Amino acid sequence: MTSFVKPKIRRLNEPKNELGKTRADYDGAMSTLCAGCGHDSVTAALARAFFELSKEPKDVVKVSGIGCSSKTTTYFLKDAHGANTVHGRMPSFATGAAAVNKNLTYVGVSGDGDSLSIGLGQMAHAIRRNVDMIYMLENNGVYGLTKGQFSASSDIGSTAKKGATNTLPPIDPAIMALSIGATFVARSFSGDKAQLVSLIKAGIAHRGFALIDVISPCVSFNDHKGSTKSYAHTYQYYHKAVHADYVPPSEEITAAYAEGEAMPVELHDGGSILLRKLDADYDPTDRAGAMSKLLQSQQTQEILTGLLYIDESRPAMAEHKKLPETPLHSLPYSKLNPGADVLRKIQDEFR
Amino acid sequence: MNGPGINDFTLRVATVNGTGSASANGLLMKAIFRMGVPVVGKNVFPSNIQGLPTWYEMRVTGDGYAGRDSQTHFVIAMNPETYASDLAELAPGGVLLYDSTWPRPQLLARQDVTVLGVPLSAMCNDAFKVARSRILMKNMAYVGAAAALLNLDLSVIEQLVREMFSGKEKLIPLNMQAVALGHDYAKANFKCPLNFHVSPLDKTRGKVMIDGNTAAGLGAVFGGATFGAWYPITPSTSLMDAFQKYCEEYRVDPDTGQNNFCIVQAEDELAAAGLTIGAAWAGARSFTPTSGPGVSLMSEFIGFAYYTEVPLVICDIQRVGPSTGMPTRTQQCDIQLCAYASHGDTRHLILFPADPGECFEFAAKALDLAEHFQTPVFFLSDIDIGMNDWMVDELTWPEDYVPDRGKVMSAEDLEEINTFYRYLDVDGDTIPYRTLPGTHAKGAYFLRGSGHTKLGRYTENGDEYKEVVDRLYEKWKRAATFVPSPILTKADRPARYGMIAVGSSDAAVTEARDRLEAAGIPMDYLRIRGFPFNKAIDAFIEAHDEVFVVEQNRDAQLMNLLITETSAAKEKLVPVLHYSGEPLDFRFVIEAIETALKVRTPA
Repeated sequence: MTSFVKPKIRRLNEPKNELGKTRADYDGAMSTLCAGCGHDSVTAALARAFFELSKEPKDVVKVSGIGCSSKTTTYFLKDAHGANTVHGRMPSFATGAAAVNKNLTYVGVSGDGDSLSIGLGQMAHAIRRNVDMIYMLENNGVYGLTKGQFSASSDIGSTAKKGATNTLPPIDPAIMALSIGATFVARSFSGDKAQLVSLIKAGIAHRGFALIDVISPCVSFNDHKGSTKSYAHTYQYYHKAVHADYVPPSEEITAAYAEGEAMPVELHDGGSILLRKLDADYDPTDRAGAMSKLLQSQQTQEILTGLLYIDESRPAMAEHKKLPETPLHSLPYSKLNPGADVLRKIQDEFR
Repeated sequence: MNGPGINDFTLRVATVNGTGSASANGLLMKAIFRMGVPVVGKNVFPSNIQGLPTWYEMRVTGDGYAGRDSQTHFVIAMNPETYASDLAELAPGGVLLYDSTWPRPQLLARQDVTVLGVPLSAMCNDAFKVARSRILMKNMAYVGAAAALLNLDLSVIEQLVREMFSGKEKLIPLNMQAVALGHDYAKANFKCPLNFHVSPLDKTRGKVMIDGNTAAGLGAVFGGATFGAWYPITPSTSLMDAFQKYCEEYRVDPDTGQNNFCIVQAEDELAAAGLTIGAAWAGARSFTPTSGPGVSLMSEFIGFAYYTEVPLVICDIQRVGPSTGMPTRTQQCDIQLCAYASHGDTRHLILFPADPGECFEFAAKALDLAEHFQTPVFFLSDIDIGMNDWMVDELTWPEDYVPDRGKVMSAEDLEEINTFYRYLDVDGDTIPYRTLPGTHAKGAYFLRGSGHTKLGRYTENGDEYKEVVDRLYEKWKRAATFVPSPILTKADRPARYGMIAVGSSDAAVTEARDRLEAAGIPMDYLRIRGFPFNKAIDAFIEAHDEVFVVEQNRDAQLMNLLITETSAAKEKLVPVLHYSGEPLDFRFVIEAIETALKVRTPA
């Protein structure tokens, strides 16, 4: 298998953004994920958001770890530098890169395995440092590339494809992020493109670390009875596919719902997830209130989505570190070398 | 070599850590240095903050040797817990000074040494009121007694005290009072000076006393490093401390107040490696200081940087392993680890500085090589170099130095080409061009640790994979003539035997070689300074019947690397292994080699 180049299709009268670029100018290589994978919807939403924001692709840096979600950084913004790093270690790599040039936009793509198990520590510390980046956590509750093990976001009582029951409590990335000083916490669903695009745009605009936890169902290992992220048992039709190693062709999930209502959203595999728009009186600037609501929603199995918390007041890493306007790589050596006189002076204390 | 004599003896101060003795010992050493007499300091300390035994050794070495002498001639025994061992380790004819406030008759058990009692505590308790200052003044009192016994210039000591308490002037007379207490007591009660003592020379002009970590931190500043990340670990912490200190002093833009550097304290060494690699990929000259346990943790990322060709400088200040080992004791035990760190076929560049002077030089060299070859470079020091004060030539920086940033394409470069391919060997020299994020849409590429083609695309095709890793091997081999070349010391007559060493072993090996030669055993000595190995190493081994490979680990790591990576016949290499955790001393090397040679020529 190799990477596939996505053909660029030009349409008549297609919309252009402020840079004169079309939406297709924000594409990347062809996706090699399973047909109907939620992650492809997130990729499309990212491309759409950057297009709508009229971001110059070359001024964006894409970083990811390892896993299905981390593969997607090749599937958008082909004219941006990208790095597919080491499992769970994208946050440190991104932090180092972001420290060098504060004028670029950094987008990290990760999953629930990459971020909540092997990379939990790194994600937490990137949040603490308030690195100026948007962090997409494509959350499907399962290890896809290794074929179906529980991830740390699996709910108690949910079952694996082969029948085992998860007995360990889930790590909710939004609650964790709030507890360690996150300045932008959002949750969305890969099937709700309108909400996702607007959250991504808000996250990019936010100065500091923007976490977007995206429920992004796995079509291959998530469509069986007992999985709280699929609800396959609800719908007999897709139940059949569960037991086959064949991946059925599926259509992209789309969902639209009115504010203030809780409603089941049908997954393409026949499951459904309770989704609820935020209450009108929800205050996304109240950290403790947000945490409280999220803890309550765990009890009801509702998935709160939208911008859950925002704090624009904390300085981002660049301010905290007093990083220069000029990227570190372009500082002239004359500004870095203290000079022979200083070297002599320094050594007075060594005699 | 049998000492002791004028300007040729070793002084050992035995104290309890956390009692403030470090500054007193530093003062003694600087006083000797300022009298123009070469001196070597070795700090033997516990992995602890307060309450455990610690020793500070000063070897007064008029002939200028930089290594340790395992024989002790004068002990200042300030720790009753270690009286017995301190006495036992004293060479015949030696002198032991102790606090006789509480007399210890058992100290008189040895007839072949002199025991001098000075009532340090009693005198200080009488003279000073505050409990904490009594403890600190006791240190200054032994400095005074030692000054009398060793013929140290009191005016030099006073000047040093003035400098030490600059800004806290009222402490100067108090400290000098304590010095006088010890000094006067010794003068009144003992024959001063001792037979072995310090006599002024003029051998320290143009020299400085500096530790390797400070020198390496300075080297990173002068070498133009702009990014450093680290997780605190003994014994590398002081390297980043130095980098930070000098950056804060000399790298803050006076107009904007912004930092022309960025330092990040990582959450662990995995993150330290990721931070450093991320910054290097984005274009900053970056480095991370650590020690063996950190390299173990960084290994996955090291392979990533190797395969994706991102510059990475790791300063490994080696300590005793395996596992936690003895964190404050020295070894050269990470040679094999660093040569091949990470899974899969990986091989790296290593620089072996032998003293703080080379730490300064090689820190910058490591940055140059990492960016030139776009690969991990290890700066492999150890506790002995990193945390001890060595006398070296005053550090100088070449006026015409220009950082080697390697092949980085600018926006203008990219404008002129059709298509950029990250891993294409355009120049036929095994090194491809790289681009930095934000430069130009044409320069965008995707960095991946998964299989990739020379064009930078994902692949699982064997031929395409091999094409890239074969070039990486060739690139690594090319570095052999770029790393610092080995230094040859020839015997004064044809020699059948040779010696090979790296890093901090150099001081002891140099002295052992000289003394063996004087004793009728001529030996040539080649000090290796870089890996991959220079071809001169093959020739050196080829030219000798046998070559002693002196190193500080149990498993003959350097020797085994020579067997693997040179054409040398395995039978020619003889290991000389020192791995107690103490700095290598010349007596050990001489004894090992003499013993080996006796076996070969039975009487």
